[in-house]
Amino acid sequence: MISAILAGDTETFHELIRPYERSVYLMALSMLHNEAEAEDVAQEAFIKAYRHLSRFRSEARFSTWLIAIALNEARARLRRKQPGLTDSIDDPEGSVVPAQLTDWREIPSQSLERKEVRSLIQHALATLPLPYREVFVLREIEERNVKETAETLGITIASVKMRLHRARLMLQKQLAPQLSDIEPKGRRRFPWF
Amino acid sequence: MVLNCRHVWEYISGYLDNTLDDQTRHDVENHLEHCEICSAVLDSTRNILILTADDRVFELPIGYSERLHARLAKAMLESPSAEASDADLPFTPDGSSDG
Repeated sequence: MISAILAGDTETFHELIRPYERSVYLMALSMLHNEAEAEDVAQEAFIKAYRHLSRFRSEARFSTWLIAIALNEARARLRRKQPGLTDSIDDPEGSVVPAQLTDWREIPSQSLERKEVRSLIQHALATLPLPYREVFVLREIEERNVKETAETLGITIASVKMRLHRARLMLQKQLAPQLSDIEPKGRRRFPWF
Repeated sequence: MVLNCRHVWEYISGYLDNTLDDQTRHDVENHLEHCEICSAVLDSTRNILILTADDRVFELPIGYSERLHARLAKAMLESPSAEASDADLPFTPDGSSDG
């Protein structure tokens, strides 16, 4: 498809990108927390990908390339809004202490039909420090592997693993008590009441 | 080796990703068998990861795809070649920096 596009069949580009529309938008949204800005960044990323398609190398995954473009676009947008923003992080020595609940009951996926549950999760993701959020979104939502995540972000595999671990525990610490409160035990145990 | 709770928390991601060596995994499982708190930490973390990855958490704006392709079509008309200058591309296709 890429060869055809580069040979002049530009309409094929529309078909090429359809499977990746969602993931590029989500990458932008997870960084910007604003739907209109995320949409604009996604559009810019796809236009940039089209204009520079000749630079894409087949040994890379096209989706990884697209997400990397979206990531850079979103970072540039963030820097314009927050000039002091930095991509680096001083990985702290200390560990993240998770929420210690003894009465955890599984929250079923059907709970996501409730707006309040979706909002809690969106808010928790938004409050992760940016370097942790980038890794978490790439690994858990975009389903990139560790190597791809490291290459996309320009960090080591060890950093990916460490940031992902901390991001997971940060989310558990924030969300586990909130989700427990929002899903009363009795209702889950006896849903027919 | 007998692990305490803090040790186990450090292994939660490795346990979930199945990247622990056999001995460490065995030690973690021994701890989980008798520690209700760590079992809950593991279960809640796994549960939260499933929820956050669900497509329902983030929905695409209505009309997003149509607007994207319309803007793209307009950009293609303005610059029909897909081999335009790469001067403003901030990185190479494999994700490394252009400097």
